[in-house]
Amino acid sequence: MKNKSFKDILISNAVPIIFLVLSAAAIPLSGFTTSYLIQEMVTRMGRNCFLVLSLLIPIAAGMGLNFGMVLGAMGGQIAIILVTDWNIVGMQGLLLAAMISTPISLALGWLTGEILNRAKGREMVTSFMLGFFMNGVYQFIVLYGFGMVIPVENHAMLLSRGFGIRNAINLQGVRQVLDKFLMVDIGPIHVPMAAFIVIALFCLFILWFNRTKLGQDMRAVGQDMAVAKSAGIAVDRTRIIAIIISTVLAGYGQIIFLQNIGTMNTYNAHEQAGIFAIASLLIGGATVSRATITNVFVGVMLFHLMFVVSPMAGKTLMGQAQLGEYFRVFVSYGIIALALVLHALRRRMDKERERQSLRGGDAPAPANGH
Amino acid sequence: MTQEPLLRMEHIGKEYFGNRVLADVNLTLQRGEILGLVGENGAGKTTLMKILFGMPVIKETGGYEGKMYLDGKEVNFDSPFDALDGGIGMVHQEFSLIPGFSTTENIMLNREFTCYSPLVELFGERLQTLNRPAMRQRAAKAIDTLGVRVDPDMLIQEMPVGHRQFTEIAREIDRESTKLLVLDEPTAVLTESEAAILVKALRKLADSGIAIIFISHRLQEILDLCDKILVLRDGMVIKEAPTKGTEIRQIASWMVGRTVEDKKQDDAVRVCLEPILRVDHLWVDMPGETVRDVSFDVCRGEIFGIGGLAGQGKLGIANGIMGLFAAGGAVTWKGKALKLNDPHGALEAGMAFVSEDRRGVGLLLDEPIDWNIAFTAMQVQGRCLKSLLGGLIQWRDDVAMASLAQEYIDALGIKCVSSRQRAVELSGGNQQKVCLAKAFAVGPELLFVAEPTRGIDVGAKKLVLDTIRETNRHKGTTVVMISSELEELRSICDRIAIVDEGRLAGMLSATASVEDFGLLMLGAGKGPEVAAGVR
Amino acid sequence: MKKIRAFIEAAGLPRVIIGGFLVLLFAVAPLAQISVARSVSDTLVRMAMNGVMVLALVPMVQSGCGLNFGLPLGIIAGLLGALLSIELDITGFAGLFFAMGVSLPFAAIFGYGYGLILNKVKGDEMMIATYVGFSSVSLMCIAWQLLPFTSPIMIWGYGGSGLRVTVSVSEHWLHVLSDFLSFQIGNFYFPTGMFLFLAFMCFLVWGFFRTKIGTAMTAVGSNPEFARASGIDVDKMRTISVVLSTMLGAIGIVVYQQSFGFLQLYTGPFYMAFPAVAALLLGGASVNKATLFNVIVGTFLYQGICTMTPSVINSLLQTDMSEMIRLIVSNGMIIYALTRKVQVKR
Repeated sequence: MKNKSFKDILISNAVPIIFLVLSAAAIPLSGFTTSYLIQEMVTRMGRNCFLVLSLLIPIAAGMGLNFGMVLGAMGGQIAIILVTDWNIVGMQGLLLAAMISTPISLALGWLTGEILNRAKGREMVTSFMLGFFMNGVYQFIVLYGFGMVIPVENHAMLLSRGFGIRNAINLQGVRQVLDKFLMVDIGPIHVPMAAFIVIALFCLFILWFNRTKLGQDMRAVGQDMAVAKSAGIAVDRTRIIAIIISTVLAGYGQIIFLQNIGTMNTYNAHEQAGIFAIASLLIGGATVSRATITNVFVGVMLFHLMFVVSPMAGKTLMGQAQLGEYFRVFVSYGIIALALVLHALRRRMDKERERQSLRGGDAPAPANGH
Repeated sequence: MTQEPLLRMEHIGKEYFGNRVLADVNLTLQRGEILGLVGENGAGKTTLMKILFGMPVIKETGGYEGKMYLDGKEVNFDSPFDALDGGIGMVHQEFSLIPGFSTTENIMLNREFTCYSPLVELFGERLQTLNRPAMRQRAAKAIDTLGVRVDPDMLIQEMPVGHRQFTEIAREIDRESTKLLVLDEPTAVLTESEAAILVKALRKLADSGIAIIFISHRLQEILDLCDKILVLRDGMVIKEAPTKGTEIRQIASWMVGRTVEDKKQDDAVRVCLEPILRVDHLWVDMPGETVRDVSFDVCRGEIFGIGGLAGQGKLGIANGIMGLFAAGGAVTWKGKALKLNDPHGALEAGMAFVSEDRRGVGLLLDEPIDWNIAFTAMQVQGRCLKSLLGGLIQWRDDVAMASLAQEYIDALGIKCVSSRQRAVELSGGNQQKVCLAKAFAVGPELLFVAEPTRGIDVGAKKLVLDTIRETNRHKGTTVVMISSELEELRSICDRIAIVDEGRLAGMLSATASVEDFGLLMLGAGKGPEVAAGVR
Repeated sequence: MKKIRAFIEAAGLPRVIIGGFLVLLFAVAPLAQISVARSVSDTLVRMAMNGVMVLALVPMVQSGCGLNFGLPLGIIAGLLGALLSIELDITGFAGLFFAMGVSLPFAAIFGYGYGLILNKVKGDEMMIATYVGFSSVSLMCIAWQLLPFTSPIMIWGYGGSGLRVTVSVSEHWLHVLSDFLSFQIGNFYFPTGMFLFLAFMCFLVWGFFRTKIGTAMTAVGSNPEFARASGIDVDKMRTISVVLSTMLGAIGIVVYQQSFGFLQLYTGPFYMAFPAVAALLLGGASVNKATLFNVIVGTFLYQGICTMTPSVINSLLQTDMSEMIRLIVSNGMIIYALTRKVQVKR
C-alpha cells in the first residue's frame, strides 16, 4: 500500500523530479560555487515568483494557462516607462508605477475575459494569439504614441528621431528599490526581504481568496460550467474576474521583475515574462487544470537553476556556452508542449474511466447464460 | 374551508413547432402527497415537468397553455430560478454536481454560508469567506433528513452512483422553501437496495409535508411509494388513480394500450427460413445504451424489431454489431464469425446501418446530398470511382455520384433543389430519407434501422416505414428495426424482441397483445411464459 | 444598400476591410511617389513565394485537425533538404529539386510523429501544435550547432562552430524558379516560374482531394463520426493529412528560400506559421474548412498588405509601421476566426 502511494507520488511529480536530476547533474559541470548558486536562486525567486503566482487564479477557474498575462506585463511596462520619464524615484516611483498599471491591466484583463468567453474550450490558444495581437498594439503605443501623443520629457529615452521609446531603457530611478528596501544578509547571502514579504502577502491573498465565496465559485466554474450555471453562478462574469485579477497581478509582477533587473528591454520583456512564467509553473509540477503555491516555488527554483547552470554546463560538456542557452530555450518550450500533451491525454483517460464506470459491472463477462 | 391543494395544474397544453406534445393535462397535488407520473418515452412527462419548472426552452418555443397554481396563487415561472424560489426542487436524470467538490460543497453550491469581512464593503459580497463548519453541519442535517449515510466530506467523483443521487436530493430538500420535489427517474442508476433506501427516505420526506412528483419506469416502486398515479400517453392524461388496488398489469396496459390498426394483408404468416445473423452473449459499451448480455437470431428475409424503453440498450445492439462502440461476445453472419469493433468489416460483409443519431453520425451536414448518399458506397465498395493511371489513382467520379444520388432522390421522393444541396438545409424527414438512401446505396443484405421516425412529421413517418417495408418485400433485404415506438414496430415487424436493462426481456410475435409488450418493457414480465421466445 | 450588405456577407467582413484597405493603398501609392507597377509586381512575387506554405495548411484544416501552427516542422525538413543540396554543391534546378526531394522523407517522418501526437490530443490540436513547432525549432537550434556540415558557405568562418544564422543560396539556386520564363515590362516583373509551380502544387492538392482518400479525408473533417460509421479509419486519415501538410510545408520553404536568397536557420522558422495561417483565414477559410480559392485570395491580400504598408505608409508618414500593422492584422485575423464559432464541429 505504502509502496504504491510512493510510486504515485513519483509519477505525479515526474516533471519536477526529472528537472531536479538534470540540474543535479549539471551543477558540478557548471563549476559554480554553492554560495553563488544560492545567491542567484534567492535573487531570482524574489524577482520571478510574483509573476508566476499571477497564473494561479485562472487555472482554478478552468481557463488553463493564462497566456494573456503578457497583457498585464505590458501594462506594467507602460507604467514603468511613464514613471521613469517623470523621474519619480525610489519607493514612490515604484508605488506610482503600480498605481498606473492597475487601470491599464484592468482594462486589458476585461478585454481578455470578454474575448475568452467567446472562445470557450480554446481559451489557451486564443489568449496566446491575443498576446501577439496586443504586442502589435503595444508597439504602436510605445513606438509612436510616446513622444507624439504622450509627451516625453526625458529625451534620453527617446529614439533619435524624436518619438518612440528606445529598445532598452535604464530604470535608474526605481532600480532595486524594493530589493534594497529591506536587504537582510544571511551569512554571505543577500536576501531582498521586502520582495519576499510582498510575495508572502500575495500567497496569503491566494489562500484567503480560495476560502471566499468568489474563490469557491471560480472552482465550481472551473470544474463544470453547466452545473455552476444551473446553480445560479454568473459563469461569464466569474471568468472575467479571474482573468482581470490575473492580469492586474501580472502587471505588478512585471514591475517587481523590472525593478530588480534595472533595465528594460522595451519590446521583448513582456513576451519573455509570459513564456518563462508558464514554463516555471509547469516545471514545478502544475498541470493545465491544477496548480498550487508549492508548484510555483518549486518551479521557479528548478527553472532558474537550470537557467543559470545550463550555459556553463554546455560549455564544459561541448565547449560551447551557446548550446546550453539553446537547451534552456528548448526546455522552456518543450515543457509547455509536454504539459499540454499530458493534460490532453489525462483528460481523455478520465473520460474513458468515466465510461468504464458506466459500463455494466458484469458486461464483459458473458457468463450467466440463458 | 376546503384545503387548497399545494399544486394545481389546469388544462396544460404545449405545442412544439406545430407538433402537439401535451393536451389538456390536469393535475392536483396535496401537501405530503406522492404522485407517480408514468408513461412511455415521449408521452409528455418531461415536457410537463419542464413547464412546471419554468425551463427557458418552453418560453423560447412559444410558451404553454393552461394555468398553474401553487398554494392557490397563480404562477408562471420565467426561469428555473423562479421555480426554485417558489419552492419547487427538481432532481434531473443527469447529475448536476461538481465532481471535484465534496458532498457538503455540492449541497451548499451557490448557497454557501459566509462570514463577514470588512473587504466586502469595498468589493462586494462575493469576497466573504466561507463558513465551512456551518456548511458541513447544515449538509449533514440534510443528509440525515434523508435517513441515508453519505460522508459529507467525500468528493463526488470518488463516491458510488447511488450516493451522488442522494447528494443531489439532499441539495434540493435543503432549501428551506422547498415544498414540492420533482424526481425524474431517480432510481434508474441505483441498485435495488439503494432504491429501497431512497423509497424509504422519500416516504419520510412526504410525512414531513413535502409533496413529491416521482417519475419512474419501475412500476413496482411506484406502487410501493406513491399515493396516486397519473398515466400520460401521447400528451394526454389517460388515467388518474389511487395506487391502492391498482395492479402493474393495469398500469402497463394504460401506458402502451392504443387502438391498433390491423396489420397489412400481405403479412401472411411468414416462416423463418434460416438464421442469417446469430448473436451470442453480445455486450456493448455504448454510453447511455449499455448492452449487457443479449442473444438472438435474425431470419433471412424477415423484419426483426427491437423495442424497449430509452436507455435500456436497444440502440446499443445495432451500434455494437456495426462496430461503432466497443463490443464483445460473438456475432455470426451467414455462418461465419463477424469481427466486432470493425465498422469497415461490417459494411463490407453486406450490412448497413441507419443511425439513430441522424445529425451526429448519419449525415455530413455541411456537404451536398450526393456526397452523403454515395460516400459509404464509394469508400466501402469503390463505387463512383474512376481508375486513372492504371489504377494508381482512384479518382472521384462526380457524375456517377450525382446520378446515384438522383436515383434515390427520385425513388424516395427527397424534396430538394438538386443533388448538390447541402444536407443541413433539408427538413428532418428528408434528411432521414438521405440516411436511408445512403444505406440502400450499399445494397445491403441486412439493414439495421435505428429510430427511423424520430423527430419527423407524420406524413414522412409513413413514407419512411413504407420504404423500409418495400425494400424488405421487393429486394429481399433482411431488416432489423429498432424503435421506441411499439406501435410502429408492431405495424411492420414479424417478430419483436424487447430489451430491458441491457438484456433481452422477451421475444414476441408482432400480433401478441399490447399488455404483454408493456409488461416486458417495464421489466415486470420476466415470467417463463413470455420469455419463451428468447433463445 | 442591401446589395452591399449581401456582398459583405458573402465575402466576409475581414476580407472586405482588408481588400478595401489594400485598394486604398494602391490608390494613394502614386501620391507617395511609388510605382504601382513595381508594387503590384512585389506583391505578386511575395504571393508566389508564400503561396505553397499557405497551401500546406489546407490538408489539416480539411481533415479537422485545425490550423497547422506546427508548420515549422515542415520548414525544418525543408531546411535540412536545402542544406544538404548546398553541402553537396548541386546548383541550378537540380539543386532546387534535390533540396525538395531530400526534404520530403524528412517531412514525412516528422509529420508522422506529429500526426500520432495530434491524434492523441483531439480537441486541443492547435495549442499543442504551436508548442510542438516551438520546441522543435529550439531543438533544431542545438542541432544546427552540432550537425557536421562542412561547406564554407554555411559554417562560421572565424573558427566558430556550427552553421551560420543565414546561409546564402546565391551561388546555388537563387531565383532559379522565379526567373524561369519570367518577364519584365518596365517596373513590372513577373515570376512566371514560381506561379507555374504554385499552380502545379495547387493542382496536386486539388487532385488529391478528388481521389478516394481525399474524399474520405474531407468527410473526416466534416464529421468524423459519419466517416467512422462509413468504415473510414479516422486516425489514419488525420495522420495522412498531417504528413501531407508537413511535406507541403517543406516544399513551400524551399520555394521561399530560392526567392528570398537565404536559408534562415536557428530562430528563423519560429513565427513562420502565423503569417501563413493569417493569410488562409483572411482568404475566407474557417478553422475547419478551407479551399484553394481561400489560399489564393488570402495570400494575395495578406502579402499585398505586407508589401504596400511599408512602402506607402513609410513614405507618407516617414516612419516604419509595417511590422505593427502586420502583427495586428495577422493576429487579429486569427483571433477573429477563433472566436467566431464557439465550437468546432467534432
